[in-house]
Amino acid sequence: MATAVIDEKENKALWAGDAEPLKASYGKLMMWFFLLSDALSFSGLLITYGFSRFSHETYHGLIENFKASVAYWPVPEKVFTHIPFFHINAPLVFVGLMTFILILSSVTMVLAVEAGHRNDKKDVQKWMLWTILGGIAFLSCQAWEWTIFIQGTTEGMTVTDADGTIRHIFGANLIENEYGPRLFADLFFFITGFHGTHVLSGVIINILVFYNVSYGTYERIGSYEMVEKVGLYWHFVDLVWVFVFTFYYLV
Amino acid sequence: MGHASHSTGHSSEVQPRDPAKVKQILMVTLYLGVLTAIEFVLAFTMERGILLTTIFVLMTLVKTFYIVGEFMHLKYEVKILKWAIILPVMFILWLILSQLMEANAVFISRFEIFG
Repeated sequence: MATAVIDEKENKALWAGDAEPLKASYGKLMMWFFLLSDALSFSGLLITYGFSRFSHETYHGLIENFKASVAYWPVPEKVFTHIPFFHINAPLVFVGLMTFILILSSVTMVLAVEAGHRNDKKDVQKWMLWTILGGIAFLSCQAWEWTIFIQGTTEGMTVTDADGTIRHIFGANLIENEYGPRLFADLFFFITGFHGTHVLSGVIINILVFYNVSYGTYERIGSYEMVEKVGLYWHFVDLVWVFVFTFYYLV
Repeated sequence: MGHASHSTGHSSEVQPRDPAKVKQILMVTLYLGVLTAIEFVLAFTMERGILLTTIFVLMTLVKTFYIVGEFMHLKYEVKILKWAIILPVMFILWLILSQLMEANAVFISRFEIFG
């Protein structure tokens, strides 16, 4: 009976404030809950994508014979076929490279956190620098991808208006695009843009933390937990990309 | 791999790298890479349909478990924190599934009404 009373007292003390009931610091907890809320935002966007995608007609022919049309959702591996400098047909190669870059930058982030646990300032600097470079590389790739998408191909697409006029369009904007239905381009810009903004803010925050690491702030206070918190954000950004990549480019 | 730190006041000693931990990180990286590679191969060889979509979703979920569990360290956190994250995510997954079903219904209705 005595042990039960003591446990209850301990329990009350644990939840009474100024303790860490979830064994994680306030900052880390709040980062987790922020990520949860951000996950809901991205889920909203991805659900919109899924909804739009499956409420449009799917292309049912052979992939080799695919021709862009407003009538059906395009096959992504026929749309995203370009790589820089080479004029060859390389379906989804570039986006695969982008995924690889982002996952690698996530790995270097984990290594930075691990170095932080060991109070190894030099290693934290090294790995954070690699993470920042990975983020900048990803953003550059995304910028190139947008440029190619907006410019369009040399073939373009023939569009017939409601009043009968026939036009030939190239590239993409928020009104019409040469790849398929309007929503295809709209959602491409919106989802990858939203994600890209998160990567950009992540890179900026990483640079700030890198500066603090180099300046010795975390060495002084004796904990590299900030690196861990920022790492959580970076992994979340990577995770969202995995989802976007799977649902937009593969499905 | 350890560096001797010049102790200034209350800064702690730099500990050497733990090879087991690094190996764990690299193994998870390998799993993620292999899963992504398989996804790519399937995308190019299999026909688009419900089966392929299901396979992609399942593989993405496996990748999620690795990234959230290992990279974000959630596997090693207190049970209540784990569930505080996992439970809402399960609800989100149902939301996604239900809306895909709704989209299908909209598509069928569009076809029936407008031809």
